[in-house]
Amino acid sequence: MLERRAFAADLDYGRAGPSRGEWAMGIEFRGVTKKYPDGTVAVDDLNLTIEDGTITVFVGPSGCGKTTSLRMINRMVEPTSGTILLDGADVRDSDPALLRRGIGYVIQHAGLFPHRTVLSNVATVPLLSGWEKRKARERAAELLETVGLPAELGKRYPAQLSGGQQQRVGVARALAADSPVLLMDEPFSAVDPVVREGLQDELLRLQSQLGKTIVFVTHDIDEAVRLGDKVAVLRVGGRLAQYGTPADVLRHPVDDFVAGFVGKDRGYRGLSFLSAGDVLVEDVPTVRVGSAPGESTDWRLAVNDEGEPRGWLPPSSTVDGDLSESDLLAGGSLYQQGTPIRGALDAALSSPASLGVVVDADGKAIGVVTARQVLDVIENHPQGVTR
Amino acid sequence: MIGEIIDWFTSSANWQGADGVPTRVLQHLGYVLLALVLASVIAVPIGLYVGHTGRGGVLLVGSGNVIRALPTLGLVTFLFLLFTDSDVAAIIGLVVLAIPPILAGTYAGLQAVDRAVVDAAEGMGMRGGQRLWQIEVPIALPLVLGGVRNAVLQLVATAAVAAYVGLGGLGRYLLDGLAILDYGEVAAGAILTALLAIVLDVVLAAVQRALVPRGVRLAEAGAKKEVSA
Ligand SMILES: Nc1ncnc2c1ncn2[C@@H]1O[C@H](COP(=O)(O)OP(=O)(O)O)[C@@H](O)[C@H]1O
Ligand SMILES: [Mg+2]
Repeated sequence: MLERRAFAADLDYGRAGPSRGEWAMGIEFRGVTKKYPDGTVAVDDLNLTIEDGTITVFVGPSGCGKTTSLRMINRMVEPTSGTILLDGADVRDSDPALLRRGIGYVIQHAGLFPHRTVLSNVATVPLLSGWEKRKARERAAELLETVGLPAELGKRYPAQLSGGQQQRVGVARALAADSPVLLMDEPFSAVDPVVREGLQDELLRLQSQLGKTIVFVTHDIDEAVRLGDKVAVLRVGGRLAQYGTPADVLRHPVDDFVAGFVGKDRGYRGLSFLSAGDVLVEDVPTVRVGSAPGESTDWRLAVNDEGEPRGWLPPSSTVDGDLSESDLLAGGSLYQQGTPIRGALDAALSSPASLGVVVDADGKAIGVVTARQVLDVIENHPQGVTR
Repeated sequence: MIGEIIDWFTSSANWQGADGVPTRVLQHLGYVLLALVLASVIAVPIGLYVGHTGRGGVLLVGSGNVIRALPTLGLVTFLFLLFTDSDVAAIIGLVVLAIPPILAGTYAGLQAVDRAVVDAAEGMGMRGGQRLWQIEVPIALPLVLGGVRNAVLQLVATAAVAAYVGLGGLGRYLLDGLAILDYGEVAAGAILTALLAIVLDVVLAAVQRALVPRGVRLAEAGAKKEVSA
């Protein structure tokens, strides 16, 4: 009765945003090499085409030339040889300051201007471009909202914000350029993992609305796989090792370096790209917290008045009077319907009842899955790691 | 001794005329401010240039140290012999003395601006001048003004040497007092010099508070908290 199907379409994280491609610009590296004056070859003959309206991630170990590659796009670094084309035009033909005002730029520690309020930080580029002060501030206020910050924060100074908030302001400031291209250099690596995940989700949500061409640098393969439409794996010495979709890179690493870099868990990680559309969600007996549970020889899922899972009641357990939360075993992770199958497997494996709890978008329990069922789906998808 | 000092301060003759306290204080203040303005006009632009471009930092620190090693009195005497003009000799000596702290403060202030902030300013599309005046200078202000305060303290103390080459100022009390072995006058000169230094420092501290942007102060306070935590 409670059989439900996950919506595979939701898996697409809304990649095809409304404005996708309308005014976005592609970026092309043609034989680009950067040799620093001290002789370090940071980037070696890079050839790469970044499609417009997509997130392309440069990933690789520290010192492999990711930052250098990124900074050559907005001419913070000049290539020793080769050409970089932005929307078909050589970046060297533009005045560097004007070029940069037209390209959003976000860096690791946000680099907010400490002496300026959040609002005037965000208004930086519009003001540089000669906007009226009032209009620039209005735009800045809009952008704070876009990146999920309350308007009151606009009056504060960067020192009065948390690390995660600072990064959001950094993103808002880069978006103020209203440019089709956004360069992001390890923007989330200085915040703690929980905040980082929130910021990543936020970026994907933003991208689904804005459809920009984003070049994102990280040393974290998980982040690369999570955010990238395409991933460019670089090796030390500034050589491109592999360029493809995250699924490609995880499933078919071209050599030992890439295989080693993407790590041992790549098979499991690949599940992040598999739709859980075919997993059957089964009914499960439930009991309500705050009412008498009666008796049963089955595992029963306890839910609150809103139908949200609160924990498990083991078989044949006795409860005096009404069920309270202290009678329950803590539940495992929850699997939200419509998200990748990796979460479903984890929910099943982490549940004390070996039954993974499936919830809908509102957090209401709608049934359970077993690891066996999840594995069946995985096995029936030999080509399953797709996006 | 205490009695002599009190006598000196309470004698109304010492508060009037060309040798009175108000005149001497104003003269002293005049030397200090003139030297400060001239030294700032020289040192601030050099410090800004070197700090902004990063070019010549080693040379700057080295020459600052050389200047600091010069004995001021010797320098002023030498300049006096050179120019045979006590005003010029005294002022040049004081300017030379005030340059290193201002130069060091300005340079250190710009150097201390977070790399990420400079990088972001450049990446946003600011030109060199915009970055310097809109970003680097406001953030560097606490250290620049710190250098100015150091310079003022040294100037107040050292402006007394003007007396050696025949000028006015509070140094007169020290020198004239010594000449006639009036220790009350010598001590009064020393006390007035110290008081002037304190008052000027308090005034400059207020100026610093007024000029340093609020966000920069908050950031400093935050950094201190992190260090002590
Ligand atoms: N300004 C510079 N001068 C000399 N060498 C540099 C400079 N910037 C980076 N490098 C060197 O170039 C290589 C690539 O650096 P970078 O692009 O910062 O790598 P990543 O961002 O992947 O860590 C490293 O070996 C680094 O030490
Ligand atoms: Mg880097």
